[in-house]
Amino acid sequence: MNSLKIDNLQASIGDKSILRGLSLEIPKGEVHAIMGPNGSGKSTLAKVLSGHPDYEVSGGTATLDDDSLLGLEPDEISRLGLFLAFQYPMEVPGVSIANFIRAALNARLKEGEKIKAVEYYKDLYAHMDDLGMDRKFTSRSLNDGFSGGEKKRCEILQMSMLSPKYAILDETDSGLDIDALRVVSDGVNRMRNPERGILVITHYQRLLDYIVPDYVHVMSEGKIVRTGGKELALELEDRGYDWIKQEAVAS
Amino acid sequence: MISPSQLDVDRDKGDFHYDTDYSFDAGIGLSEDVVRYISEVKKEEPWMLDFRLKALSTFEKKPMPTHWATDDLKNINFDVIRYYLAKGQQPSRTWDEVPDDIKNTFERLGIPEQERKFLAGVEAQFDSEAAYSNMKEDLAKEGVIFVGSTEGLKEHPEIFRKWFGKVIPTSDNKFSALNSAVFSGGSFIYIPPGVKLAQPLQAYFRINAENFGQFERTLIIADEGSEVMYMEGCTAPKFETSTLHSAVVELVALKGAKIQYVTVQNWSNNVFNLVTKRAIAEEEAEVRWIDCNIGSRLTMKYPGVILKGRKARGEVVSIALANDGQHQDTGAKMVHAADETTSNVVSKSISIGDGRSSYRGLVQMPGHLKGCKNNTECDALLINNKSQTDTYPAITVQGDANSVQHEASVSKVSAEQIFYMKQRGLSEAEAMSLCVNGFVNDLIREFPMEYSVELKRLIDLEMEGSVG
Repeated sequence: MNSLKIDNLQASIGDKSILRGLSLEIPKGEVHAIMGPNGSGKSTLAKVLSGHPDYEVSGGTATLDDDSLLGLEPDEISRLGLFLAFQYPMEVPGVSIANFIRAALNARLKEGEKIKAVEYYKDLYAHMDDLGMDRKFTSRSLNDGFSGGEKKRCEILQMSMLSPKYAILDETDSGLDIDALRVVSDGVNRMRNPERGILVITHYQRLLDYIVPDYVHVMSEGKIVRTGGKELALELEDRGYDWIKQEAVAS
Repeated sequence: MISPSQLDVDRDKGDFHYDTDYSFDAGIGLSEDVVRYISEVKKEEPWMLDFRLKALSTFEKKPMPTHWATDDLKNINFDVIRYYLAKGQQPSRTWDEVPDDIKNTFERLGIPEQERKFLAGVEAQFDSEAAYSNMKEDLAKEGVIFVGSTEGLKEHPEIFRKWFGKVIPTSDNKFSALNSAVFSGGSFIYIPPGVKLAQPLQAYFRINAENFGQFERTLIIADEGSEVMYMEGCTAPKFETSTLHSAVVELVALKGAKIQYVTVQNWSNNVFNLVTKRAIAEEEAEVRWIDCNIGSRLTMKYPGVILKGRKARGEVVSIALANDGQHQDTGAKMVHAADETTSNVVSKSISIGDGRSSYRGLVQMPGHLKGCKNNTECDALLINNKSQTDTYPAITVQGDANSVQHEASVSKVSAEQIFYMKQRGLSEAEAMSLCVNGFVNDLIREFPMEYSVELKRLIDLEMEGSVG
């Protein structure tokens, strides 16, 4: 099984049901996009798959290759190979980017293995150069006082350093100006390869001009209500979401 | 043989004890007889006995300071404590001469190893008296004195008596009075003019017996233009009953002298640690208290500097970590008593579980002075919802030729921060450790390297199992 597979997933927060039987399969090598109106459950999907403790899963399955994700701790899910680029990355004062990424890489090593500092920094600097990040960033506290664009670059830097099997990008375009959008998109595009599946969550079609998806899904009321090619995104841009909602209700 | 694993540093490192036969035992409870017994065992002169008896009476008259401090103080039962326990031997100059049970204790704590590696001198106190006291030979030739307080009083009365009790009067507080009545052990240090010690002197305080009170008394005099760094560490086994540690530490930095006093306090969680520490800094002298409190049930400690001479500098750098069942009540006192004196206080506390940390700061600048400066930064980190922190600054500044700056912050490690870090593959404990180490990192660098490594590991170990 070489896919991130979600089947009939149902999840709620408190009394509020948010995911209502969502099914989706992202095979390795493909980029999928989920679009949908506010409140349709897009970010919830990302958090539930990552094991966020606030959500309760009441039914369905989610598997990464052969492993079930449901019920696992967020760090276990991460180490299985799922990366979430956050819509709002958290600020962690006092913890430098370099130390943080190193700790995250360390957490993936077998006992007795060690990261070699010289190679680590070489690798880190190369990825930072690709993202146009100043090397001074390595010693800055994680996301602390970063601009929106800097935070998103930092997410992509972490993603490229951790090299996950599957990546979910939650509204990575929000808060980005056009230049930052291009840099971040280039970063994601460099990571497209036959060994990796990517799910892009976005509210706007604009991002998909830069990260061109293989499939576009429309989410509404906690479910995927329509799936199409990249042209579906353009249609949504033209017509808005209402017609899809109406179709969904009609069917 | 000591296996390497036994030398590993951890919060339970001190949690062992050897049964020891004591030749001298003042019995249980506090009375005039106990005070006389201690003075007699030490063969003290009448003035010292007199000093002790007056202190006992002061102690008895003073109320517990529970009108401002925690009610937990009421749980100290002075009647069940043993005030003096010693084997009666002179402090040895070589480890070979130290009795086996005591030597094994300090071997397990890694003291002889540290001495070989990076120390200029070591004093190791076991219950009431120093079991070992030694210093590098060349320092003795330069006139440096580093002995226990008993020996200091006996061998160097002219220096000892001049400063003893002058920085911290007996009546300063109830516990300084108690210490003055029953004190035993601690270090007496004199650094001659212009002598600068390249390596630190270290004292290690070990409580071995149950229901015991340790009351060491340390007096450090740095003569004009001299420099010294003194470090102290401490441990005790975890007994069911509570143990009392109540030290008095007096520092005197004469003109242009520099004293750094480093403490890593890692008492077990049954110890009441009620310590009075104060320094006098003469003209252009500098005193730095670098203080880390990780252990104990209740610590009350507010290192102070009386800035007595022009351009004197005082500093307190403090880290406190309060875990379940612990209250770290720490702070600083800066008393400006001359022009152009400066003081700096940086305090960081971490509260975990139901731990509580308090900061109490006192800054005084009378109106007739000019050009004085104080800067205080006081940051607290809360790990979860039950943990608690509070800050009590008392700043008295008069006149308009001085400046004071006070900054305080409280932050909390949020569930979303932890989720974010876990999403990158870190376990909850690893995520917490990173946050906590990040919070105190800039202060840990102030500790000597050998201590900062130990501190980081101690903090990591404290974070394990503290989450949830």
